[in-house]
Amino acid sequence: MKCDVCENEATVFLTQIINGQMTTVNLCETCSKAKGVTEETGFGLAEAFLSPSHRTESDTMEIVCDACGFTASQLKKIGRMGCPECYAAFRDGLDGLLRNMHKGTRHVGKRPSHISAVAPQMLPRQRSAPLKDAPPPPPVAPPAAPPPDVAKLRAELDLAVKEERYEDAARLKSEIESLQPKASK
Amino acid sequence: MMRFATLIKNPADWMKGAGPHSDVVMTSRVRLARNLRGYPFPGFSQERQRIELLERARPVVEELPEMRDGYSEDYTELSKIRKQVLVERHLVSREHAARSSGCAVVVDRKQSISIMINEEDHFRIQGIRPGLNLASAFEVVDRVDTELESLLPYAFDPKLGYLTACPTNLGTGMRASVMLHLPALVLTEQINPVIKAIGKIGLAVRGLYGEGTEALGNLFQISNQHTLGEAEPEIIAQIEKVIEGVVRSEVTARAKLKEDHQTMLQDQIGRAFAILRYAHILTSKEALNLLSMLRLGADLDLVGNCDRSLIDMLLLEIQPAHLQLNAARELSPEERDSMRADLTRTRLQSIDGPGSFPPSQSNNGGPASPTNDE
Ligand SMILES: [Zn+2]
Ligand SMILES: [Zn+2]
Repeated sequence: MKCDVCENEATVFLTQIINGQMTTVNLCETCSKAKGVTEETGFGLAEAFLSPSHRTESDTMEIVCDACGFTASQLKKIGRMGCPECYAAFRDGLDGLLRNMHKGTRHVGKRPSHISAVAPQMLPRQRSAPLKDAPPPPPVAPPAAPPPDVAKLRAELDLAVKEERYEDAARLKSEIESLQPKASK
Repeated sequence: MMRFATLIKNPADWMKGAGPHSDVVMTSRVRLARNLRGYPFPGFSQERQRIELLERARPVVEELPEMRDGYSEDYTELSKIRKQVLVERHLVSREHAARSSGCAVVVDRKQSISIMINEEDHFRIQGIRPGLNLASAFEVVDRVDTELESLLPYAFDPKLGYLTACPTNLGTGMRASVMLHLPALVLTEQINPVIKAIGKIGLAVRGLYGEGTEALGNLFQISNQHTLGEAEPEIIAQIEKVIEGVVRSEVTARAKLKEDHQTMLQDQIGRAFAILRYAHILTSKEALNLLSMLRLGADLDLVGNCDRSLIDMLLLEIQPAHLQLNAARELSPEERDSMRADLTRTRLQSIDGPGSFPPSQSNNGGPASPTNDE
């Protein structure tokens, strides 16, 4: 594969989503060094984009992921999330985005069977950032919730039945039953 | 654990083995994107966080039953050429190979499973099988994934599925892809409508090598684009069904070429063999395209005593990093072209070439057995 800048063989490859467009940059060694993208900093572009010091101080109104400090405008810029919790923080408008990308907006595939067995342990990072005006939105479905909440599963089940998604309903039902073997009526 | 040299010395399981439709389908690959709770995604993490995750996860990955006694390497320990060899073997992605600190890869002994740590996601679990066999590739990664999930806290959301750095991987986190050799569809100029039709049903098609529409070596990769809203077996069944159709078109096109244009076909294959067998300078592009013709010739029994796996190995070995690894030093492009030709000439000594195919033989044998009338 050729370098995007000159005709040499490319050895450094970077894929990024910029403004929703997937962009692949292929560079030869010389050009990558000239552009400040060396092998050692394969993450260089992301870090340059995202390091806290580059965040504008005035953006206090902006939605920020409480867990990792990722901002909505960063998400817009690179099209990727900062951490798993970001999906809860940026859930507004997510459905629309996902609908354009996928067959549906709900996961129907494999589920980890051990999910309840492990405790969350979010690393403290950038919690110090003062975000007075942007209260962290309550996560819609916090991935960090340790045991699956039966009440919530019940609510999901109700919704699934109401919306006639019977496959989901059946799955949720067995999920609830597996959590409460003694609660069977 | 296994050493790099040992890993690379042996052809991977999927290089030797023949799978379903392996005249047209070279490999089937399935990869799962997985992340841990409590850590930012690699693209938004600090180096120390990536290293911390690596130090926690790598020993766990190495001890998985499938991966035990395999190959495991921290990227800070790997030269650029070695990383590139892993890329050329489809064991790691180019993006991953471009990284260093905080990254590692673990490969099983048979080179059919590889787990990249701190790629775009914390884990990329990949399974690769010969021929059209996505279901079997999925079965392998599914098993590894289930083991890993019992040992490490995955980031999973009941509604959104496996949480991934890029929303395009959300849900199953699964990308299933098939590498196809489609020389007859290209020669008969049917490839573009086929690509268009596949694109319309939500699958991505791209040339394996080369930019844009150019597909060097007539090699194409087809993969799913949607990961949310469909279960893994559905996605796989859909792709396999589509691929079966592409395989049928290719096989029909090959038969028609042999029937209606035998002289042209034999000429092309004969020229390909002659150049590969006697040239002293071969660019990568030329070699890929000629090897593609030779592979077609072998599949149509137009080349005597030519095993398909010999060509498939060559397709790997003529790539830049493999050549440089073989030479044990960095090579200039000119040196590579000359070493590529040396390697090709040597490897093709053992096959008889198209000359041994008696032109007078009536076409009653069909493509059944590669018998060699001498
Ligand atoms: Zn360049
Ligand atoms: Zn976050």
